[in-house]
This record gives sequence, C-alpha cells and structure tokens, in this order.
Amino acid sequence: MNYFPDEVVEHVFDFITSHKDRNSVSLVCKSWYKIERYSRQRVFIGNCYSITPQRLIARFPGLKSLTLKGKPHFADFNLVPHDWGGFLDPWIKALAKSRIGLEELRLKRMVVSDDSLELLSKSFPNFKSLVLVSCEGFTTDGVAAIAANCRFLRELDLQENEVEDHRGHWLSCFPESCTSLVSLNFACLKGEINLASLERLVARSPNLKSLRLNRVVPLDTLQKLLMRAPQLVDLGIGSYVDDPSSEVFTKLKAVIQLCNSIRSLSGFLEVAPCCMSAIYPICENLTFLNLSYAPGLQGNDLTKLVQHCRKLQRLWILDCIGDKGLGVVASTCKELQELRVFPSDPFDAGNAAVTEEGLVLISAGCPKLNSLLYFCHQMTNAALITVAKNCTNFIRFRLCILDPVKADPVTNQPLDEGFGAIVRSNKSLKRLSLSGLLTDQVFLYIGMYAKKLEMLSIAFAGDSNKGMLYVLNGCKKLRKLEIRDCPFGDVALLEDMGKYETMRSLWMSSCEVTLGACKTLAKKMPSLNVEIINESEQLEFSLDDRLLVDKMYLYRTLVGHRKDEPEYVLLL
Amino acid sequence: MSPLLLGVEEEGQSRVSSPSVECISQNGLGIREWNYLGLSDFCSVDSSGVPDDNGNNLNLKATELRLGLPGSQSPERETEHCFLNSGKLDEKTLFPLLPSKDGICSSSQKSVVTGNKRGFSEVKGTIYTEKKWMGPGAVPDSQSLQPVSHGKYSVAQASVKKDGRANVIQEQPCTSNGTKVNRTDISNNSSAPTAKAQVVGWPPIRSFRTKALTTSSKNNDEVDGKPGPGTLFVKVSMDGAPYLRKVDLRMYSTYQELSSALEKMFSCFTLGQCGAHGTPGKEILSESKLKDLLHGSEYVLTYEDKDGDWMLVGDVPLEMFIETCRRLKIMKSADAIGL
Repeated sequence: MNYFPDEVVEHVFDFITSHKDRNSVSLVCKSWYKIERYSRQRVFIGNCYSITPQRLIARFPGLKSLTLKGKPHFADFNLVPHDWGGFLDPWIKALAKSRIGLEELRLKRMVVSDDSLELLSKSFPNFKSLVLVSCEGFTTDGVAAIAANCRFLRELDLQENEVEDHRGHWLSCFPESCTSLVSLNFACLKGEINLASLERLVARSPNLKSLRLNRVVPLDTLQKLLMRAPQLVDLGIGSYVDDPSSEVFTKLKAVIQLCNSIRSLSGFLEVAPCCMSAIYPICENLTFLNLSYAPGLQGNDLTKLVQHCRKLQRLWILDCIGDKGLGVVASTCKELQELRVFPSDPFDAGNAAVTEEGLVLISAGCPKLNSLLYFCHQMTNAALITVAKNCTNFIRFRLCILDPVKADPVTNQPLDEGFGAIVRSNKSLKRLSLSGLLTDQVFLYIGMYAKKLEMLSIAFAGDSNKGMLYVLNGCKKLRKLEIRDCPFGDVALLEDMGKYETMRSLWMSSCEVTLGACKTLAKKMPSLNVEIINESEQLEFSLDDRLLVDKMYLYRTLVGHRKDEPEYVLLL
Repeated sequence: MSPLLLGVEEEGQSRVSSPSVECISQNGLGIREWNYLGLSDFCSVDSSGVPDDNGNNLNLKATELRLGLPGSQSPERETEHCFLNSGKLDEKTLFPLLPSKDGICSSSQKSVVTGNKRGFSEVKGTIYTEKKWMGPGAVPDSQSLQPVSHGKYSVAQASVKKDGRANVIQEQPCTSNGTKVNRTDISNNSSAPTAKAQVVGWPPIRSFRTKALTTSSKNNDEVDGKPGPGTLFVKVSMDGAPYLRKVDLRMYSTYQELSSALEKMFSCFTLGQCGAHGTPGKEILSESKLKDLLHGSEYVLTYEDKDGDWMLVGDVPLEMFIETCRRLKIMKSADAIGL
C-alpha cells in the first residue's frame, strides 16, 4: 500500500470530497487512516450525541468546517419536549480551547445560546460561515456578536430559527471594515432593523450573492438594495407591498430588469398581488422559486407567475395554487426536479386545494422530477400508480395526506398498492414518508423494493409487528427510521437488535413498545443509547416493565450516555 | 338529522362562542361519551353501525383501543358505517369549525390531550387487539364511503380550524384524569382527539412555518387596506355619494390633516348638495363654506373599528385611531345621533 509517499496519497485524497468516501478511505489501512485524518477539513456529524467534541478534535486536527445535527427530526413537529438536548455550548467550548481553526459551522435542530455565539465569534479569527437551520435558544444579541467580531464573515444564513428579537441593532454591528459578505439571510427574524445600516452594508459588500430579507424591509428599501447589488443570485423579498402607480414602484420595476443574475427567489412575506408583474422579467431565469411563505398570493397570482418560469428546477409553493395551477406548472416547468406543496391552512377542512389530480399532472409533465413533498387532502392508489409509471427517478418522496388515515376515496382501499408502485419503480429512492390508510402490506413492498432507502417516516400505519419487521429486514441501507402511532411492539423492536448499529437512529412514539423491551435492548447493545422520554406525571418507571413507553429514541454512539439529559429523559 | 347536528349547525351559524357543552345540554341530549364538539357521538354511532343511535350502544369493537388517528378504520369496519349522515357529516364537521375558533379551543384541547397522551395508568392492562383508533374523524372515512365518490373529492375533514396548533396542545398538562366529559369516552373512542388538528405533531409541518403563516394571515385580515408598514388604505364612504374613495391613514399626522384631505376628496359631492339645497348653483363654493358644511350640522366623520362598532372620529389619539380603524364614513349628523 505504501508505494507512494504520504504527500502523494494526501494529494489524491484532496479530490475525495464526499464524507462517505473519505470515511471509507480511512478504513483501508492504518496509513491511510492517518493521512486521511490529518488532511480532513470537513466533518459531518449527523447526531451530536454519537461522538464527543474532544474525540472529534483529537482525530481531525485540521478541521475547518463542522456540520452538527441535534434533535431528532420529529422535534420539528413538537414531538420532542423543550430542553431535550442538542446543545451547542460544549462543542464551542471544546473547540475554542483547542487549536482548531474553525471556519465554518452548520447546525440543524440544535440549541444555540447567545453565549455560544459570542464565544464562537471571538475564538476563531478566520471564521467565515455560520448556517443555522431550525435552531433555537438565541437572540439577536448573539447574532450581533457574530456580526461584530467575525472580521472575515462571508456567510450568515439563518433559516427558520426561533430567534428572540431584541430589536434590530445587530445589523449595525457589522463594522464598516466588513466587506466580505457573500450571503446574508435574516428572513426568519421578526423585528425591526436599521434600514439605513442595511443599505450601507449591502453597498460595501461587492461579493454579495445571496440576500434574504425579513418582513419589515419595505419595498422602497428593496429597490435601493437592488440598485446597490444587481449582481445578486439569490433574493429573498421581505415586504412587497406598494401602490403600483407609485414612483418607488416604477423605480423598482426598472432596477429589477437589471438584476439578470437572479436565479433563486423567495420570501414575499407580505405581498400585494398587483405588484407581482414587476417580477416577471426575472422569472425567465429562475431555477428556484420559494413562495411557501407567501400566503398573500392567491392561486391565480401564483399561476400567472409560474407561467413565466420555464427554467424552474425547484418550486416550493402553497396549496392554494390548486390542481389547475399545478397543471400550469406541469406544462411550463419542464426542468422541474423538486416540488414542495405546503398547506396554506393545515387545519382547515374547507377547500381541498390540491388533490391527487395535481400530482398526476406534475408527474406527467415533469420528467425530471426527483424530489417531492406534497401535502394534500386525498390520494388514490390509481394516482400513485400513474405517478410511479411517469416518474422513476424519485430520490425523495414524501406524501402527507392531511387526514392521516384516509383511505383511497374512490375504492376505500388502503394506499398500500399506490405506495408499493412508487417503491417498485423508483429504485433510487432514498427518503420516503407515508400517510393515509396503510396496512402491513405497504411495508412488505417497502422491504422488498426500497433497497436504497435511507430514511423512512411512518405515522398511523400498519397492523402488526410484521410491518416493522419487513422494513428492518428488507431495507439494508436504512439509516433513520421514525415511527409514531403505529402498532409495532416489542417483538419487532427486539428481533434484530444488531440492525440498529447500522443505523443512525430509531424513533418510536405512541407505539406498543414496553419499558422492559427497551431495557433489554439497552442491556444487550451497549453501543446504543436508548432514551425514554416520559412526559406524564407517572414516575414509577422502574416499577413496571410492562408499561408502554410514550416516546423512545435510540441511536448508535461511540461515547455512551450523554450527561445533559433533562429530568424527563431516562437513559437506559 | 339528529338533534345534535341541528345544535351544532345552529351554533355554527350564529357564531356563538359559548362552549359546546352548553349547546349540547341545550339540545337536551345530555353529555355522554362525547367531546365538546359532539363529534365523538358520531364516532360511537359509526362504530355501532346504527346511524340513529346516540352512543348508547356499547359495541365492543367500538370500545377497543386502537392505534391510529381519527377516522382510521380497518377495512372490515368501514362497511359498517355506510349510511351515516355522510352528507350531513359535511356540515357537521364544518360547523364546529366556527365556534371552535372562538372559545372552545382550549377546552377541546384539554380533552384532546388527555385523550391523546396515554398516561401510564390508562395504558396499564390495556390489551391491544386491533390497531386502529376510533375517532370522530370516522367522519372523513364514512364520507369516503359514498358510493358515488370520484377521484376529486371535496371532503370536509373533521378538523378544527383554529390557530391552536400542535404546539398549544403540547403545552396542556397531560394528566391521566380526563377533563370532565372525555373520561367517559376514553374507552369508547379511545381517547381520540375531537379533530385531526388536535393531534400533536400532525400534520407534520414545522412549527416555524405554521406560526409564520398564521402571522401573515393575521396581518392580511386585520386591516381593510393593504398590509404593510408603509401604507394603510381604508375605504371612505359618504352618504349620497355614488362611489367610495380610499385614503392612506398613515399619511396624516393630525386629525386636522385627515379632515382636510377628506373635505377635498368629497367636495364634489357636497357641491351637489349645496345645489340641491337651493344655493345658487353658480356660486363658487369657498373652502370655508365647504368646511362649514362639513363641520356644521350637516356631516360627521365616523369610522368602523376592529370590533365592528361605528365610532366618532376624534376621541382617541391618532395612533390608536389608525390602528383600529377599518373604514371611514361621512355620515349626516342626523344619522349619527346614536354615536
């Protein structure tokens, strides 16, 4: 193996960038392990409790970019109580103490405190990029610290975080000397900002390519910003409200024409539909359009807009576009790869905005479709079978029927056959979310056909343990399995305990797993952390192994029990 | 139509915000095995397969605790509730939406939470035979059984329209002691929530997104004019004028300015009035005369506030006025006597 000097091998490794490949490379031999670990700059940790920061630092001294994920996915839907975990603090503290020259930090579903942000901003002189997705626990003071102290900041990207807003001085904290910004996204912040500061910041950032504003930035500021930054590639509009006959609006129309680099458009958090025509000139070049936060746009506004977007590859939209509107998408957007249709009113029985018809139209019109998230009121097996015939390239297929156990309204059958067809014809499927009335049969199909499946989300489905067993046995590449409200119990859980070591995590809530089974599993598999989340007032845990557990989350780990669990979490 | 349905409908139509418990007792049906919105009554009806039964029928199958959301039925069950007020279920589920918006939310949520979360004491000794929950959401299923249903099917879901999202439910105390009514129906409808929307974590939408959309629609609904910090256009009507105007309330820093602007806008109409009242038509109406006309006994400026009440302009500070005003009306003072 050592035909080449280390430097040559290292140079070869430079071309290997994917995490999976680098992980594989490091397993070949000791020598390669050593070369790889010293040259590794980017590390991805899918579960922050699977390893400690100390071991990370020890193994990868050259670390520059770290991605961390904290809470389990179902935390997005309020199934994980507050304070469960996922704290950034210990990581920052450990990294700050070390000699790691961190430049990039990407976090998802973690609890981030202002103190951590401040420590981060002061500990790494070359820090360039902070991306926070679905995080919480910080305020605009923490953001201000980042702005103030990171001299070479290129990217500040806040996506869908719960941030306590202390009213806008954070933007003014960017020093006059900061001219390196490439990406600034503060759309999720709710509070006021100093508009003049924003204008000046944009004016002195010649490399700015991505700018996403929050809802308090009015249209006239937008116009001024675009004047300063016609080179933008990604624009998120905050407030888009004005009188179409106003002078400001006329200026905006003119300046938008100059912004011919814009490929990605989002926002419209507040919008006056009559102003949308100004956007049409840039629609021709758009590859990503996200109108999922723009409830001010009605179906026909959306349709009119979409008609101009021939090059669209990704579309995120609200279901008020309707089946007809999706038909327009299908006939216009032939390059479409990803479609997400969100419900504009998730709890409203009212109008069935999109149904299976829209999906069928899309599948027929968009041959390149490979990623779908679709919220609808109903779905039929026939429609799914048609979709499966039309589209064989799905990598992600997430269907959410708003009534979670709804059968096929035409045949009153469960949707087993429909989903079965999807998995049968989409051999590259990596992620699948099911809904509707489903029996064990669908899991038989998944186990048989979804050989590349990595993540599966199940709710209110199945009849018996067999369902879960089909999946565990058949899906060899399964990494994440999350189940809620299904009749899967101890038999399924304990059948193949070794399987969980090949997976990142398993979530089961409101199923039929007993405490005793969880204890058994924890005992037999020391490489797994088995956590029981118990929110009821019953504290007699240890008394009865026959008790059904409310929520169980297990994950593989190299470092045993975590030390920061809250009271209501029991680590077995 | 069962009396319950009637009650619910009436409730809905009159937008009564009293808790449905009261309505139920008004119907004289008693409180029995049903949740606040009365939907579980249908659930028990569904399970028993006897449409007219009001829940007395203790069909054993119906008492089984099953996993699954409201409306989930194992296939053989579905045939049982074919004739349920399917069409009516449409209305029935729709109407609870209205009152629930007003005040029932909290009570329903409580009942949901207790139902939904299985406290260990409830769970102990429970034998799960079949795995579906019976729930009032049986409604959508039974609707789906309509033989003439087509692919495109407008189903009135048994969901409660409210802002109370899963978040809110989560915060309710989870006790194994149900609140009032729901205790009795736990065994029957297996503690299924009154409506889908009240199931924690469903539909699977990030709470950030749900909150953001709710804020947006609130902003859009609150004012008559365009939302946004920049402008606040409200309609101005005048008695006798053939068409309305719109003014941007944010343009004015005093009531005087607003008043002058309105005078200018509506001068053309008052000219006509002058003419009608016998003033020589050729006389040029000076501004002062116009002011007199408006400030005199002829007209008063009133506005409709957020609560729908008509108020006299000028009583509250301008900022408060701007915040609460939905539209303006220039009334003849004779009409404005009530104010």
